[in-house]
Amino acid sequence: MNTTRSGSLTATGPATTGGLTHAQDHGHDQGHQTVPSDLTLRVKALESLLVEKGLVDRAALDALIDTYEHKVGPRNGARVIARAWVDPAYKQRLLTNATAAIAELGYSGMQGEHMVVVENTPKLHNLVVCTLCSCYPWPVLGLPPVWYKSSPYRSRAVIDPRGVLCEFGLELPKDVEVRVWDSTAELRYLVLPERPTGSEEALEALVTRDAMIGVAKIAPPGEGSRA
Amino acid sequence: MNGVHDMGGMHDMGPIQYEKNEPVFHELWESRAFAIALAVGAWGKWPIDASRHQKELIPPAEYLRMSYYEKWIAELVELLVKSGLVTAAELESGVPAASSPKAVPQLTADKVSPLIAHGGPASRDVPVVPRFQMGQRVRARNKHPVGHTRLPRYVRAKLGTIDRDHGVFVFPDTNAHFLGEKPQHVYSVRFAASELWGEQAAPRDAVYLDLWDDYLEPA
Repeated sequence: MNTTRSGSLTATGPATTGGLTHAQDHGHDQGHQTVPSDLTLRVKALESLLVEKGLVDRAALDALIDTYEHKVGPRNGARVIARAWVDPAYKQRLLTNATAAIAELGYSGMQGEHMVVVENTPKLHNLVVCTLCSCYPWPVLGLPPVWYKSSPYRSRAVIDPRGVLCEFGLELPKDVEVRVWDSTAELRYLVLPERPTGSEEALEALVTRDAMIGVAKIAPPGEGSRA
Repeated sequence: MNGVHDMGGMHDMGPIQYEKNEPVFHELWESRAFAIALAVGAWGKWPIDASRHQKELIPPAEYLRMSYYEKWIAELVELLVKSGLVTAAELESGVPAASSPKAVPQLTADKVSPLIAHGGPASRDVPVVPRFQMGQRVRARNKHPVGHTRLPRYVRAKLGTIDRDHGVFVFPDTNAHFLGEKPQHVYSVRFAASELWGEQAAPRDAVYLDLWDDYLEPA
């Protein structure tokens, strides 16, 4: 099934010597790649071809990018979490049917079609990963950060979650159970962190992306955190 | 397939590199690649399972070297050709073949919001009897298919407990290869960390995986 045109586009052979299929060696730094201008050219050429063939519409591409750069992101998830903290009935719905409860606040769809929310407590900490690719709950968190998609995180989150959490600055006592959720199917996971004190609005501002993935806790008001 | 993408439990991949205030896209080409992939996906020529599998087919050294959106482009170009949407000659020349009729894009700007809002649910509203019940002990099957699977190596042959029945979903192992959806139950299965990793694991910890009926057998 992988004979003639193996994934890299750097494959040898007369059909892949130039144009869109031409790729060059370039520097690589795990997680922070040096991007070759070569990729810029390849993607530009691919876009032009697809537009000329009538397969894609440039305005649709712009709209997609605008959506994920400006409209869909972790502030959506923060609203969900803050609501759950102040509204016990909502929290109950969120924990029993996350997809519907999240849709109540207007967030739904692509890569969040089937949501599950898992709750942290003083004795239970949840951590989300996708070891096989980079599955992530787009409607509530937006597109995943590079570290989440990187080999170091994907490989270690399941075998050494406590070590991973330490790297994020979170050391958990031994009597806290760590649950790692490997997103192997189409379920997408959101962590409901422990609640600090404050009003719903103030709380929303405290909720971080990292806490909703489970690599951080929510810092109490005034202490801040890194993402 | 036992590919390098199946990296749960591997060692020595290096430290996690965290970027503060990370942008959604680091380069313009990444955002274009992302959008192109979604817009082409709207043609419905292949399921998401086939997209995932195509990335798995990237040769291992390349897979580890490539950035995330580089893999997207590599996968997309392969699927464009396999599906017949684009020919290898067109990719080479960068221009449509003289004979090819101009298509009308499936995804226009006005359809972007509804597309994102609806997504593509993988659940199926068909009556399928679950083979396992909540609380039941199960063993992940020890199988090594050469095609697509979402059963990671680190869990194969391990004992777990059914924690939740998520309902009926498309089966990726067949769907990725255009062999049908084979809808079946998906369960959240709890595996004790010590069952997966032995004595080095913290005794209370656990890993939960979402696994299809066909991945499991009674323990």
